[in-house]
Amino acid sequence: MTDIQNHEEAIVSETLYDRLGGEPAVNVAVDIFYRKVLNDDRINGFFDDVDMETQAAKQKAFLTMAFGGPHSYTGADMRKGHAHLVKMGLDDSHFDAVVEHLGATLVELNAPQELIAEVVVICETTRNDILGR
Amino acid sequence: MYKLTIEENAYSCQADETVLDALLREDVAIAYSCKKGTCHSCIVSSPDTTPPEAAQAGLKNTLKKLNYFLACQCHPEQDMTIKLPDQAAFYSEGTVVVTEMLNRNTLLLSLAFKDTFKFNAGQFVNLQRADGLTRSYSIANTPQESNILEFNIRRLPNGQFSEWLHNEIKVGDTIAVSEANGSCFYLPEKNDQNILLAGTGTGLAPLAGILTDALTQGHSGSIYLFHGSREVEDLYRIDEMQQLDEEHANFHYIPCLSGADSPEGFSHGRVNEVALASLPDLKGWRVFLCGNPDMVKQMKKMTFLKGVASADIYADAFLVSPA
Repeated sequence: MTDIQNHEEAIVSETLYDRLGGEPAVNVAVDIFYRKVLNDDRINGFFDDVDMETQAAKQKAFLTMAFGGPHSYTGADMRKGHAHLVKMGLDDSHFDAVVEHLGATLVELNAPQELIAEVVVICETTRNDILGR
Repeated sequence: MYKLTIEENAYSCQADETVLDALLREDVAIAYSCKKGTCHSCIVSSPDTTPPEAAQAGLKNTLKKLNYFLACQCHPEQDMTIKLPDQAAFYSEGTVVVTEMLNRNTLLLSLAFKDTFKFNAGQFVNLQRADGLTRSYSIANTPQESNILEFNIRRLPNGQFSEWLHNEIKVGDTIAVSEANGSCFYLPEKNDQNILLAGTGTGLAPLAGILTDALTQGHSGSIYLFHGSREVEDLYRIDEMQQLDEEHANFHYIPCLSGADSPEGFSHGRVNEVALASLPDLKGWRVFLCGNPDMVKQMKKMTFLKGVASADIYADAFLVSPA
């Protein structure tokens, strides 16, 4: 990647992330979001075997990415990280449920609707990698 | 330009460099990944320097207190000594001063040190036998007792190390002891916060240390201690905890027994079930969990779902080494 691309990407991602409130906002959102996920019987089975702390760190990395913040995930990481869940039956309905909880979390935190829409767009770019298609 | 010291080596950190940049330029083997402060892979500590605030953003309070920081987010403000996570631990020699049985399978072991041993109540150390066999044990006392460390050692069936401590160790023997580790301890900030302590077996050791520390520092919020085992013979320090309960209006001791018999004064059920049933709303609480790994894992999740912030959950799961 050239420096110019890097630079441009930095500006674009900084905008949404900063407008959402950056790292402090992620810290507030992550507990609300993860509590919703663990309370949802449609999807909490996928989280049964993982340690809370490890999982909370992953959720934080995920939210940072979804908020347009700094991350180092590639499509290949997403595929690899979710392959075992796809084998357990992870499909579009589960992906939709997670995005729904993320949207609801942002609503709860009074984020403006247009920023929530941008977050949903970022999530959508990961759908096929996460579902291994 | 500031000097970074790791063991015997000194490196320079240029004005525009982070600690991670400088160490990578100098070919120091250090784990890292995102370089953005998100993944925490490059966490290191500085035993003698308070790191810049920005380098500690997002870390647990107890880790901040121990001067842990993220190398990728750290622009030094002074010379720093740095300790890498995989750096060999420094061992000191402890002399056995007390061995006595607390119940039918738990040994109280007290070690004395020449110099003051630095630790926070609730942390653990590695004990090492002369042949190199090493096990982690939680410290059971508080630092106020200066140069003594106490441990509650449960005898495990076929446990090489616990059998050795139970059967062979005697007053006057020496044992190598690592520096104190772990982030499961009490901090005096928010002293009106309610605290839940839940433990099984010798999980009482770190919890009793944390409890004593909190009471000594004048914690004003309620403190609930749930201590569980199967049979009453496997609980210990019952009288001591009951006395603390009587002396402190804000401290409540609830011993739990999961076996068939539960005499008067003991709650019947597993410690996690009893605790969760007694405390329906845990929003705003601070939680400490020590002992059986399944109990710890389940309680982490359940207390979080009952409203505890993830940053307020401190846990130490006791893993049993394969014999």
